[in-house]
Amino acid sequence: MQVIYLDNNATTRVAPEVVEEMLPYLSEFYGNPSSMHSFGGRVGDKIKTAREQVARLIGASPEEIIFTSCGTESDSTAVRAALATQPDKKHIITSRVEHPAIKNLCEYLAKNDYRVTYVPVDREGRLDLDYLYRSLTDDTAIVSLMWANNESGVIFPIEEVAAKIKAKGILLHTDAVQAAGKVPVDVNASQVDMLSMSGHKIHAPKGVGVLYVRKATPYAPFMLGGHQEHGRRGGTENVASIIGLGKACEMAAEHLDDMQTRVRGLRDKLETALLTQIPNSMVNGTHDRDDRLPNTTSIAYEFVEGEAILLMMNELGICASSGSACTSGSLEPSHVLRAMNVPFTAAHGSIRYSLSSYTTAKEIDFVIEKMPPIISRLREMSPFWQEAAQNQLVGS
Amino acid sequence: MWEYTDKLREHFLNPCNVGAIDDADGIGEVGSLACGDALKLFFKVDDNERIVDVKFQTFGCASAIASSSALTEMIKGKTLQEAEKISNEDIAEFLGGLPKEKMHCSVMGRDALEKAIANFRGDGGKKKEGDIVCECFGITDVEIKRAVNENNLKSIDDVTDYVKAGGGCGNCHDRIQAIIDTALGKKPLEIIKPVRLTNLQKIKLIEETLEADIKPALKQDGGNIELVDVDGNRVYVRMIGSCATCSKSQLTLKNHVESKLRQKVTPELIVEEV
Repeated sequence: MQVIYLDNNATTRVAPEVVEEMLPYLSEFYGNPSSMHSFGGRVGDKIKTAREQVARLIGASPEEIIFTSCGTESDSTAVRAALATQPDKKHIITSRVEHPAIKNLCEYLAKNDYRVTYVPVDREGRLDLDYLYRSLTDDTAIVSLMWANNESGVIFPIEEVAAKIKAKGILLHTDAVQAAGKVPVDVNASQVDMLSMSGHKIHAPKGVGVLYVRKATPYAPFMLGGHQEHGRRGGTENVASIIGLGKACEMAAEHLDDMQTRVRGLRDKLETALLTQIPNSMVNGTHDRDDRLPNTTSIAYEFVEGEAILLMMNELGICASSGSACTSGSLEPSHVLRAMNVPFTAAHGSIRYSLSSYTTAKEIDFVIEKMPPIISRLREMSPFWQEAAQNQLVGS
Repeated sequence: MWEYTDKLREHFLNPCNVGAIDDADGIGEVGSLACGDALKLFFKVDDNERIVDVKFQTFGCASAIASSSALTEMIKGKTLQEAEKISNEDIAEFLGGLPKEKMHCSVMGRDALEKAIANFRGDGGKKKEGDIVCECFGITDVEIKRAVNENNLKSIDDVTDYVKAGGGCGNCHDRIQAIIDTALGKKPLEIIKPVRLTNLQKIKLIEETLEADIKPALKQDGGNIELVDVDGNRVYVRMIGSCATCSKSQLTLKNHVESKLRQKVTPELIVEEV
């Protein structure tokens, strides 16, 4: 069966060019980049190139790039480094819609002597900037805010907030796992101190990530070990994946235009068509599409449940995500949708479609054709849809 | 990814008996939009209280829809008395099993059926029994106790999987744990029926138990035990080998030997060392 993959915020296909770049380092060139001999040394050279490729994508210097195992490790390292190097400061600021990598870390720290402020978002998923600025104190060790949200795609104004946060001498970390490769991310324009990236969201393999640390930023390693990454992250390098990530970053820079124009166009087309053709549906996230990632649209369908929608899509080979994990009795919508106050009639029926450079117009047309019957079929079974119809709450 | 059986998928993709019955004899409604799933069950019965038509409307995940469809197929043609006996386990079984996290879907089916039957019998307006424990999903202590006892649930996660209680804010976790603890504590121990044994039978059984269940364990530690005499319910034994000098031998005697003999022979036995 054909697969129409619209779940690129979950993970992406590894680009064939990336695979090709990696293969020799999974077979013949197996040397250790730390070795004295030139057999290992040539592997070290390749890692150097990868570091430069990654740095170029975000406007950093190569020596500011630390390779890690994933976005989560990068996030954890950044926050813990800020706390370890400023032992007197006990306050952390983050948002209510962060990825679990930050959310669960902060919840853990909140139980262990730290004070955490969770900045709210509005109904459209936009950060409450006044709340953020009011929360900054002399005790604040770090502010960690995502560049763009994985579920709604809403972009936070990192460049704008960076100036105010840094003026107070507070460290700023951003989780740019979703933003990198989809919108321009420039560490100089934004003046962030630390930034996290993940390989598998930009067509590199899973199991490799990046932490950018601005020069002269106080830092303490999370993984202690050998001298790899200049002692900032111990452990023998994930050589092939790092090389793949370098190539993926180079390609992401090349594809940024395609993402901003063609992919954005497909996303807009999909969003408009679904909202027009399916009554009682709404976008989760700001209506200003420019303030969302160009590849993401999250749509809430009233009176139906997300997992049932996904399973019907799955029958047609369409892959997407729902905004509520319907596992166990925790039938609660995700913390992101709850933070955005998505009405309870719709929160359970949210579907996130996330595109990539590989998405074609034909695929989008197929999805546009198939979604309305799926939703109406499930609504025919739904007691609430019947009720709403009787009470004339149903749009056309 | 979903670990659903083919049968469940079939009942989700092509559910049976979807719809409403305008002049239904019994209607049962459970769940809500906020809870994430809900089921409305309609049935009609004939003069013998046999279900002649049944329909459902469900809002929920694939297993909620499949469980509803399964339920309607299971009760169609049955008398209300027969239908009443259907448990949530039966619904799950009909579908070839449900993932543990989805058991609450089968419970929802059972509850809707109960409510519809109550509605038919005219006691549908009855208030929910018990006190609300889980505010998020409106689940009472009576419902939790029932799920714990019927399905032998041992943890808060189990309870959440079956009746959703505790799946929201988590404020009720202590109360749920207390219900589980009570249920586990109160569980009647395996009762050994006092069997009338003749003296000879009793001695024989004691000897057998010593040989099969007690000596092997003692021998592993270099010890042994010997039966000296049996007088009524008093069993006289001699500890030998390392057991004879072991400081814990009294403990072994009471905890291991005596309890084993009481379990296998009769609970009135008292073991003494000579």
